[in-house]
Amino acid sequence: MCLSIPSKVVEIDENNMATVDTMGVKRQVTLDLIGEPVAVGEYVLIHVGFAMNKIDTEDALESLRIYEEIVAEMNSGAIDPEEGDMNYAKG
Amino acid sequence: MQKVDLIEGFRNPEHIKALAELIKKEATHKINIMEVCGGHTHTIMKFGLPQILPQTIEFVHGPGCPVCIMPKERINHAIELAKMPNTILATLGDMIRVPGSQTSLQKLRAEGKDIRSLYTPLDVIKIAKENPEKNVIFFAIGFETTTPMTAVLLDTVIKEGIKNIYFHINHVTVPEAVDTIMGDGDAKIDAFLGPSHVSVITGYKIYEPIVEKYNTPVVVAGFEPTDVMESILRIVRQFNTGEKRFVDNEYARAVSREGNIKAQELINKYMKKREHFRWRGIGDIPKSALKLKDEYAAYDAEVKFKQVLPTQELDDHKACICGSILKGLAKPYDCKVFGKACTPSAPMGSCMVSSEGACSAYFKYGKLTAKGA
Ligand code: SF4
Repeated sequence: MCLSIPSKVVEIDENNMATVDTMGVKRQVTLDLIGEPVAVGEYVLIHVGFAMNKIDTEDALESLRIYEEIVAEMNSGAIDPEEGDMNYAKG
Repeated sequence: MQKVDLIEGFRNPEHIKALAELIKKEATHKINIMEVCGGHTHTIMKFGLPQILPQTIEFVHGPGCPVCIMPKERINHAIELAKMPNTILATLGDMIRVPGSQTSLQKLRAEGKDIRSLYTPLDVIKIAKENPEKNVIFFAIGFETTTPMTAVLLDTVIKEGIKNIYFHINHVTVPEAVDTIMGDGDAKIDAFLGPSHVSVITGYKIYEPIVEKYNTPVVVAGFEPTDVMESILRIVRQFNTGEKRFVDNEYARAVSREGNIKAQELINKYMKKREHFRWRGIGDIPKSALKLKDEYAAYDAEVKFKQVLPTQELDDHKACICGSILKGLAKPYDCKVFGKACTPSAPMGSCMVSSEGACSAYFKYGKLTAKGA
């Protein structure tokens, strides 16, 4: 029951209810637990009918970019575990 | 703007493999890692991570899920409440499947009692309005993740002046459980994967005292397989680079140090710590659960319906070794009744109760873990 899914906000109504798109499935969730403004197009994490918070897509992209880099270095045989390949400064 | 792929990007097999290679190179010493949350257990087993990780990385499966840790006497509470006349009992998740000492909510429902399995706690409002002559009891379960949803529900009930909703609160808190597992010094756990969505609400600051007390790293990890792999790599690197352990946050796209303040304020407004709560498979843990504050006793099913609630404490069969499994001292295969007398359809202990428990995950994905991980 703890699985939560990233979903894109497609509409927000006057009751603070949002329509979100979760992998193509549309559903209604409440934004009542989020203290900051939420805009259409942003991503939120959904759990039992509530948006729990916003997802920082910049940060997600950064993680994916780092994974791509590791894959590339792996494939070129250039990886050097001593140096460390991940950006530990973030988070 | 680059397309954001928040799900598939974090399941990309190439990414998983590349991270596994790095871990293989760097993990030279044995590390036992407990994943506290059953969601991680599920990810680890479903994506077969033990197969691609080196022998040096061993998983200890944690308390699992809110349904798994519910002691039988609390399930019996739900059952007795549901048996009352003019009552609708509503709850989330697999709760209705879990047997108490005599029966389960599912069986009671088949016998005609009005028991609802909810998609969201907010549906309780709708049910109460459609059934004004009945009492609707919300059997609230969950770690810190779902506690604020219960608080929002009570907030709505009070604001709208709804008179026929009561709460049976079973919300439990993660840090106290981790502290208890580590506390007696037996546990063979070197590091923790911090839960994803508990941490979204609480912030990762709640693990700082644990790291301080046991000098054991906690890395808050997202739910996807690359999240788990990157977090393991971060743990390995903490061990490889000096003595001082710290809380690390792999899931920065969703978790901050402070967490969701609004959610925390709502919880603090309506709930306070219980002195004690018994966790199935672990036993009594002081201050590890919440209840409604005294000023909201009028909404508290444990107060209002006290006379029907059984008080006897009930433990699992003595063959069950969930307690040792949780401490990393045993594996599900070590249990004599695993897969025989104890199966997901007839669970004898907490780790078999829900798909997120260790025994249940081994039962379901057993063939994937032939190396006995
Ligand atoms: S198999 Fe069943 S009885 Fe054995 S440890 Fe697991 S839950 Fe307990």
